[in-house]
Amino acid sequence: MIEIRMHGRGGQGGVIAAKILASAIFKEGKFAQSFPSFGVERRGAPVLAFTRADDKPIRLRTAIYEPDHLIVLDATLIKSTNVFSGLKRGGTILVNSSSRVESFAFPADYPSASVDAAGIAVRHGLGTRSIPIVNTAILGAFAKFSGLVGIESILEAIREGVPMKQNENAAAALEAYEVVEPAADLSDHGRFSAEESGTITVK
Amino acid sequence: MKGRNGMSMRNAGLLHPSIEKVVVIEGTHAASYAVKLARVQVIAAYPITPQTSVVEKLSEIVSDGELDAKFIKVESEHSAMACCIGSSISGARAFTATSSQGLALMHELLHWAAGSRLPIVMVNVNRAMAPPWSIYVDHNDSLSQRDTGWLQFYAESNQEVTDTVLQAYRIAETVSLPVMINLDAFVLSHTSEPVALPKQELVDEFLPPRKAPFKVDASDPRAFGALIGPEAYMEMRYKLYQAMEDARRVIREVDRDFAAKFGRSYGGLVEEYMTEDAETVLITSATAVSTARIAVDELRSMGFPVGLMKIRAFRPFPVDEIRELAKRVRKIGVMDRSVSFGATGIIYQETKAVLYNAPDRPAVFGFIAGLGGRDITPETIKEIFSYLLNREEPVSEAVWVGLKTAAADRPEPPFPENSAAMKSSEGV
Repeated sequence: MIEIRMHGRGGQGGVIAAKILASAIFKEGKFAQSFPSFGVERRGAPVLAFTRADDKPIRLRTAIYEPDHLIVLDATLIKSTNVFSGLKRGGTILVNSSSRVESFAFPADYPSASVDAAGIAVRHGLGTRSIPIVNTAILGAFAKFSGLVGIESILEAIREGVPMKQNENAAAALEAYEVVEPAADLSDHGRFSAEESGTITVK
Repeated sequence: MKGRNGMSMRNAGLLHPSIEKVVVIEGTHAASYAVKLARVQVIAAYPITPQTSVVEKLSEIVSDGELDAKFIKVESEHSAMACCIGSSISGARAFTATSSQGLALMHELLHWAAGSRLPIVMVNVNRAMAPPWSIYVDHNDSLSQRDTGWLQFYAESNQEVTDTVLQAYRIAETVSLPVMINLDAFVLSHTSEPVALPKQELVDEFLPPRKAPFKVDASDPRAFGALIGPEAYMEMRYKLYQAMEDARRVIREVDRDFAAKFGRSYGGLVEEYMTEDAETVLITSATAVSTARIAVDELRSMGFPVGLMKIRAFRPFPVDEIRELAKRVRKIGVMDRSVSFGATGIIYQETKAVLYNAPDRPAVFGFIAGLGGRDITPETIKEIFSYLLNREEPVSEAVWVGLKTAAADRPEPPFPENSAAMKSSEGV
């Protein structure tokens, strides 16, 4: 089972992103589950959202305490909250930031990347400069960086899953996908093994 | 769907000719789509977290013209149930959804719906009672409505929510009693996962339009809800009692019919997991069952003969199933996500009660866990099994699992010194 934890702030769309990610994973023939941090979301407050993926039905119904992948929608959360709590050794870190990832000084054995999802979102008319809606852009970046899910599945899930500006959201995801490099040296737990990765088409 | 995971998808019931499509949706919407498929005619509800999205989605479905129903906005849950009662008396198929304090506010009318023998179906998103305010799961809200005459189901997955709503109307309209379907706040209500939605025409075959035996009709006037004297009240109560008894048979039959048509079965009132040769069985309900399956698998791989019984129907209570289980096992643990103050966990009480007059009475242990949304993890379940495996007789009627109090203050220390086999669970 692969577990992804998303750290954002209320209003950034983390909960919807976790759900779109689950839909995209399911489109590829895997089982998926997503849920918010079981909390009262308020605009600007730290919010967690979770996605699980597996090649068999998912029975575990608890919060995610030891994720394989971290997605951080707001880099200020790195200083104000413990986003790394329980991150598995070798787990990946993807941050929405216009700064180079080196500036965060993440430990070397955790593959990490940054992407200016906010800039991309604003260029595609998603939210405003002060409150950009970064959830779809970061998903495009995550698809490339993690290799966990294909961009086509992400784009299809975005078109089905966002309430408005479907094309703009998809374009933002695609742009973020193109500017990010795949993570090198992913440990086994962060990806489906070759045997698990059959080609599946969903009708 | 095809490919290497086709087998898993088939095993998970996601490849079946009855399926229209498989969607990744949250538990609340799993209820909404089932209400649409059931061709419900009247929906009346008042919003309350975490139930809100059940009726939000339904209001969209009705306003988009996808369901020919009357959607009635009301000023309270009491009024919502009053609307359901009024429309159900006139012969309509009615639905409402609520949670926690909203359910408590409905209490008077829950009696009224059951006493009037109306087949209303309600989704209750299980949320802890305040104060202190909580929006998180436990089962005290619905279990407090135990004696109102409503059937009660508890769901383990979003698929079970959809399927149980469809089954519930068939059951309710067969026995003329209302049905409450409970799903855990957030752990199910706001969790998205794949749900197979069946084809409408197959649902229509399974669940034909309601035929009310009596209804408000100006051309055939009758009195409803009249005052009744001591000469007849008791007989009407006996009929209600018998209807609930009869519901056991109906629940099993409807589940079998459902399985024949849609390829999924939930075992009727209970579902057993790994109980065939089990010596120690945990009884629990709702989403904790799903997580407990993982713990049972782990313990089985370590050689412990443990199993699980899921209480799907709490009312009527699965008396026969539990007595049957008791013949085969040495120890039963009951994990409640509820507490009756001055007594114990609620399913624990009921389990002990049905065994007292049974010839086979294994030791029965009561555990309370997961109140107010405290996470129930595989470790929680393993802690309980550790307790059960290391004891022959209960020494406490209510062992609270996962309390943050110092070990010395616990009603019963959960781990004996000799629990070497369960070391991984110690100190939780």
